Amino acid sequence: MHENLTPKNTILDAKQMARIIRRMAGEVVEMNRDLSDLLLVGIRTRGVPLAEQIASEIERMEGHKVPVGVLDITLYRDDLSTIAAQPQVKGTSLPRPIEGATVLLCDDVLYTGRTVRAALDELIDFGRPRAVKLAVLIDRGHRELPIQADVVGKKVPTSGDEVIEVTFQSTDGIEQVRILERKPPK
Amino acid sequence: MTTETIRWTRKDLLGIAELSPAEIGLLLDTAESFSEVGERPIKKVPTLRGKTVINLFFEASTRTRASFEIAEKRLSADNVNFSTSGSALEKGESLIDTALNLQAMAPDLVVIRHGAPGVPHMLARRLQAGVINAGDGAHEHPTQALLDAFTIRRHKGRLAGLRVAIIGDIEHSRVVRSNIHLLNKMGATVVVGGARTLMPAAVEKLGVEVAYTLEDALRGADVVMMLRIQLERQGKMSFPSSKEYFRLFGLTRERLKLAKDDAIVMHPGPMNRGVEIASDVADGADSVILEQVTHGVSVRMAVLYLLSGVTAPEES
Repeated sequence: MHENLTPKNTILDAKQMARIIRRMAGEVVEMNRDLSDLLLVGIRTRGVPLAEQIASEIERMEGHKVPVGVLDITLYRDDLSTIAAQPQVKGTSLPRPIEGATVLLCDDVLYTGRTVRAALDELIDFGRPRAVKLAVLIDRGHRELPIQADVVGKKVPTSGDEVIEVTFQSTDGIEQVRILERKPPK
Repeated sequence: MTTETIRWTRKDLLGIAELSPAEIGLLLDTAESFSEVGERPIKKVPTLRGKTVINLFFEASTRTRASFEIAEKRLSADNVNFSTSGSALEKGESLIDTALNLQAMAPDLVVIRHGAPGVPHMLARRLQAGVINAGDGAHEHPTQALLDAFTIRRHKGRLAGLRVAIIGDIEHSRVVRSNIHLLNKMGATVVVGGARTLMPAAVEKLGVEVAYTLEDALRGADVVMMLRIQLERQGKMSFPSSKEYFRLFGLTRERLKLAKDDAIVMHPGPMNRGVEIASDVADGADSVILEQVTHGVSVRMAVLYLLSGVTAPEES
């Protein structure tokens, strides 16, 4: 899948990641006085374990179980006609109606903002949430749309030929964030 | 569920015969995701916005055409329908001219049903657009086989190892051919059953067991698929009367007991109640006939989606 990518350095290990996600959960609680309206929605794929971990931290702190949904934005992408073959669609599932809910979208990396744009379009087709907020583990800059995150784990300045790789225990067997470098083909 | 990620690389869906088990798995898994779209409050996604789909039906069809149209609309494609009556197709235009005219309108996908086998294949060679076979004569009807497989998988959790009885007019059915290909590829056992006069010559060469009585076909089946007796094609009368047919080959509640306890009953429609199937079986608890129709939309959405991601190679 990755073309000529070589690891450059590890920016977060499992311990640092856990600490950051705990802090993010704290910020989410501060921002939302009434947790009963809150719905966490992870953007497939790596937004989902992030949403789950934020939810479990909130439960640990406040004793309140926040529902977690999954959004597959494949069908809302704006680049379907420019990629070689269709990416696999894995499905969306929202555990409660989003009408009147405060939705916290969760994703691992915020880059161009196009994924979030697609996620907003899809979300709004399910109803009218009271508010939509955005939480990302890594903000790497280079936005192509006017989109900002409300809760950021870590800001990482990057260049265009670098790739941020976020992995989770549940999806990849290892919890860490690395910078990979795209090597020009020899 | 298939875990390995394979990519769809075909421009057209012409039949099941040429597909690999992995491709069939990808189609079914993709359909699974699209079935969720059909349950949303707004049953529409913008995926095929700006794509044009032509539905070209040289043979009458209500269900298949409506199913394709709904699938296209749910994906936000623009669609245009051509049917035989009142069109140039009836005015003596050759098929090749029709194809060239369609090409000139630059559609992205063409859905075609035709009475003659091979017409979709001919069109696929001529058109840059992707071609979906919606039934060609008694040859193939790939989306029907896919929706049948999807329905079976929903109820049984798998296809491999199942015993599927397909009963009725085997000779005139395109549904049966596509189903045999698909079920064989996915590791199910197919038994075709019916009157000798409705059984094509050398049918066992397709890799199926053959039963000449309903009872033999039903015994131990996990899935019972009844085919329509095509009364309009029975000009040469393969059996004395509908009543007699029902007496020998009609699926009744009593006969269904020969199949497994948890067997499901399927029918591609349209049904002739009291000919190939008794009303109380068609409407009974084991019947999944209407679910097939629902799943048809999801399967066709999956096909439209996967095909529209493949761009045709430049004409040489």
